[in-house]
Amino acid sequence: MPDTPILLREQQYHEIKAVLARLRMDSSAKVVFLVDKDGQEIASQGEVGSLDTTSLASLAAGNVAATGGMAQLIGEKEFPTLSHEGERESIHICVIGRLLLMIVFDERSSLGLVKLRSRQISNQLATMFKAVTEASNEDLDSPFAGITDEDIDSLFS
Amino acid sequence: MTFINYASREINCKIVYYGPGLCGKTTNLQYIFDSTAPQSRGKLISLATETDRTLFFDFMPLELGTVRGFKTRFHLYTVPGQVFYDASRKLILKGVDGVVFVADSQEERMDANIESLYNLEENLRAQGYDLMKMPYVLQLNKRDLPNIIHTEDLAAELQRKGEPVVEAVASSGAGVFDTLKAVAKQVLTELRKG
Repeated sequence: MPDTPILLREQQYHEIKAVLARLRMDSSAKVVFLVDKDGQEIASQGEVGSLDTTSLASLAAGNVAATGGMAQLIGEKEFPTLSHEGERESIHICVIGRLLLMIVFDERSSLGLVKLRSRQISNQLATMFKAVTEASNEDLDSPFAGITDEDIDSLFS
Repeated sequence: MTFINYASREINCKIVYYGPGLCGKTTNLQYIFDSTAPQSRGKLISLATETDRTLFFDFMPLELGTVRGFKTRFHLYTVPGQVFYDASRKLILKGVDGVVFVADSQEERMDANIESLYNLEENLRAQGYDLMKMPYVLQLNKRDLPNIIHTEDLAAELQRKGEPVVEAVASSGAGVFDTLKAVAKQVLTELRKG
């Protein structure tokens, strides 16, 4: 059977966004994303503009999954950080449990600063997401508990 | 894993198209992409080799509409079908909410179908899932070709648990949306159970 759904409440969402906003300021980054390891975008903050954040989230998860697979083949548990440096834009990904913190930055910042700042808030994000998953497991008030066959059929009509 | 965001009023689910090499998994996604309004879908990302064989996965987000005030978005993935990409297939099944098995109806691909289906069950088990309890659809693809196995015989060989069986010709779109609808319905029904 599939995993238990994760329910992200509005207040939790805004708390996570506030942490990401602070990280973005402190690290002088362009965009900061929080993504689930399965490729679902949880929240983003910054100059998102025309960025295809859904595709970025799924590719980041694929990237981490692939390098995690390589890590296990050489006897490592996983590679906790990944960095990709381009000519102008760069990406740093930090694995925090089942979360991926992805930071997009340019010449206004540096990899060292991004690594330092992301490490500083990792624990806070991990704690916040733990609360989200625990609440999801206990939450009996799913908005879908009462959906009918007609509701589902209406999507395809 | 289904992800429900109350702030953006969105629900996101993951569906994986599985099956042997060249059975038409990418063609299913390509058809959905081509026949859906741009505002309802995102980009079709294909991580493919230079000869257009899937190397890691194809990905496409698709918005179906609103249920109880929540936008329902399905993230559609394919796996690479070739046998030696098994490590990648395992990774893509992480967090899956529903599976479509695309079978190739041609006689000479029967062994490949059986091997791939066995591989699906094994890889799901490795991720802690049980095919018998997953939203699941069997698609019999390439029904337009001359050397195909009779539908009943193919279903008798490949059907696992009375799952919906959809005949398809993915290249022309026949059965593609019926397949998607069948699996999406099961995923949403699963959510109702909580």
